[in-house]
Amino acid sequence: MTGVALLSIFVLAVFVGFEVVSKVSTTLHTPLMSGANAIHGIVLVGAVLVTGDAHSVVAQAVGFVAVVLATANLVGGFVVTDRMLEMFKARPGAGRTAATREGEGR
Amino acid sequence: MNVLSADTVEVGYLVAAVCFILALKGLSSPKSARRGNLIGATGALIALVVAFLSTDLRHLVLILLAIAIGSAIAVPAARLVKMTQMPQMVALFNGVGGGAAALVALMELGGTSGAGGGWFSLVATAFTALVGSVSFSGSMITFAKLQEIMTTRPVVLPSARWLMSGSLALGIVLAVVTVASGNLLAASLLAVTGLALGVLLVLPVGGADVPIVISLLNAFTGLTVAAGGFVLGNTLLLVAGTLVGASGTILTRLMAAAMGRSVTGILFGALKGGSTAGSTQVSDRPVASVGPDDVAILLNYAAKVIVVPGYGLAVAQAQHTLRELAEVLEARGIEVLYGIHPVAGRMPGHMNVLLAEANVPYEVLKEMDEVNPEFKTTDVVLVVGANDVVNPAAKTTPDAPIYGMPILEVSQAQRVIFLKRSMRPGFAGIENELLFDPKTSLLFGDAKDSLTKVLGAVKGL
Repeated sequence: MTGVALLSIFVLAVFVGFEVVSKVSTTLHTPLMSGANAIHGIVLVGAVLVTGDAHSVVAQAVGFVAVVLATANLVGGFVVTDRMLEMFKARPGAGRTAATREGEGR
Repeated sequence: MNVLSADTVEVGYLVAAVCFILALKGLSSPKSARRGNLIGATGALIALVVAFLSTDLRHLVLILLAIAIGSAIAVPAARLVKMTQMPQMVALFNGVGGGAAALVALMELGGTSGAGGGWFSLVATAFTALVGSVSFSGSMITFAKLQEIMTTRPVVLPSARWLMSGSLALGIVLAVVTVASGNLLAASLLAVTGLALGVLLVLPVGGADVPIVISLLNAFTGLTVAAGGFVLGNTLLLVAGTLVGASGTILTRLMAAAMGRSVTGILFGALKGGSTAGSTQVSDRPVASVGPDDVAILLNYAAKVIVVPGYGLAVAQAQHTLRELAEVLEARGIEVLYGIHPVAGRMPGHMNVLLAEANVPYEVLKEMDEVNPEFKTTDVVLVVGANDVVNPAAKTTPDAPIYGMPILEVSQAQRVIFLKRSMRPGFAGIENELLFDPKTSLLFGDAKDSLTKVLGAVKGL
C-alpha cells in the first residue's frame, strides 16, 4: 500500500478515535485506558509477521522477545479490562449481588 | 500458511479494526462496556488468525511458543492482581507493548536492509524505535514508582535538564541518520536513546501526577503501534494504534484539565526547579483526634453524608466495609453520596473501579463538578484515605506543587472527618491545613479497622 493511502487511513482514524471516546465519563476512565491499552497489543500481529520472516538467529531471538511482550500486552490487557468491567453494575439487583459477594469475600 | 488472498486478508483486518472501534465505543458507557471489551478481544483473535493464514511464516513453532509463554505470564498476572495494584499492571502491559513495537520496527529495518520502504517508511521506523522505547522504559519507571520499588517522590538528577536536552539532541541526530541511511545500528542506538529518554522523562514526575503519565504513555504506545503500521504497511496496526493514540490523548488532556495543569507542566515542572518536592515531615501541630464512637454519632445524626475516598481506601481494601457502612446509614434515612476526584488514587478513575468492586452503584458516585455544590448542604464529610484532593493548599498556596488543581471543597461542609493512618502528608508531600481546622476530626488507624469499628458503633446506636 502506498504511503499516501496509509496516511489517509491514519488521518481518518484520528477523527474516528476522537469521536468515539470524546464523551466518556470519568467513571470509566480506568477501563477505557486499560481497554485502549489492550488494543495496541495488536502489535502482536506485526511481531508475528516479522518473526515469521526472520532470517538470522539474532532476528529470531529478537522476534521471540517481541512476540512474548506483545502477547502479554494483548492478552493481559483484555483480561485485566474484563476483570474491571465485571465489577461495574447498576443499582437494580445491586443489593442481591452484594449479599452473595460478601459471602465469597470472607 | 498462505491460504488467504491479499484481499481477504485486508477484509479480515478491516473487520478487526471495526471491532476495535466498537470496543472503544462500548467502553464509553458502563452498560455496554463489558460487551465492548469482548468485541475488542474477538477482533484481536480474528486479526491474529488472519495473520497466521496470510503468509508462509517461518519459525512457526518458535512463534507459537512465544505466544504461549506470553499468555502464560499475562493471564495469571491479570487474573490474580489485586485491585490496588491495577494501575501498575496497566503500566506494565502498556510498556511491554511499546517495547514490542520498537523491536518490530528494528527487525523490519534489519530484514529489508533499509532498502524496502523509502523515506516515508524510514521516518515511521525511527519514530517507532524512539517512542516505543520511551514508552517501554517510562512505563517501567512508572511501574517501579507505583509498586513502591523506588521512591514515589519526584527524582531530579543533578543537571537533569542537560541530560534531557543532551539525550533529546542525540535522539534527533540519530533519527536523522536513521532516516537518511536506513542504518540498523543507528536505529538501534536511537532505541537505546529512547530508553534513556523514557527514564529521564518519568523520574521527575511526582507521585500525584503518575495517573496522567500512565495515560500519556498509553497514547505514546498507541502512536508507536500506528507508526509500526506504516513501517509494515499493515492497515490494522495503523488503525488500532491511531485509535489508542487519539483516546489516550483525550484522556490525558481530560485529566490534566481536572488537575488544572498543563501536560508539559506535569512532565517538566520538576526540571524547572522550584518546590515540587514538598516535605515528608510529620507535623507535630495539635489536631483533634477522635474515637470511632464519636465518628459514629456524628454520622448517625447527620442528614447528608459525603464520602471522599482516596488511595488509603484501596490500600486497606476497605471498600466493602465502607459500602456496608453507607448501607446502614442509608437504611436510617441518611443521604450518602461519594465525591470522586478525577485523580484520586493512582490511576484515572481508580476509585470508581474500587467502589464498583464493592458493588457500590455507579449512580451515587458523583464527579467533582457535580458534588462540589453539595458540600454546603452536607453535615458530615468522611474522607477515607484521601489527602491531596481535598487540600486547600491547591487554592491558597501558590508555591505548592498541587497549586491550581481543582479540589473537592470539603471545608464547606459542617464537619469533616479524616480517616488516616498517620499524620504523614499525602502522595504529593504537602501538609494539609484542613487537618488543623476546628471543624475537622481525625480518626487514626488503618481505614478498614477504623471503618469496621465505626460500623459496629453505628449499628449499636
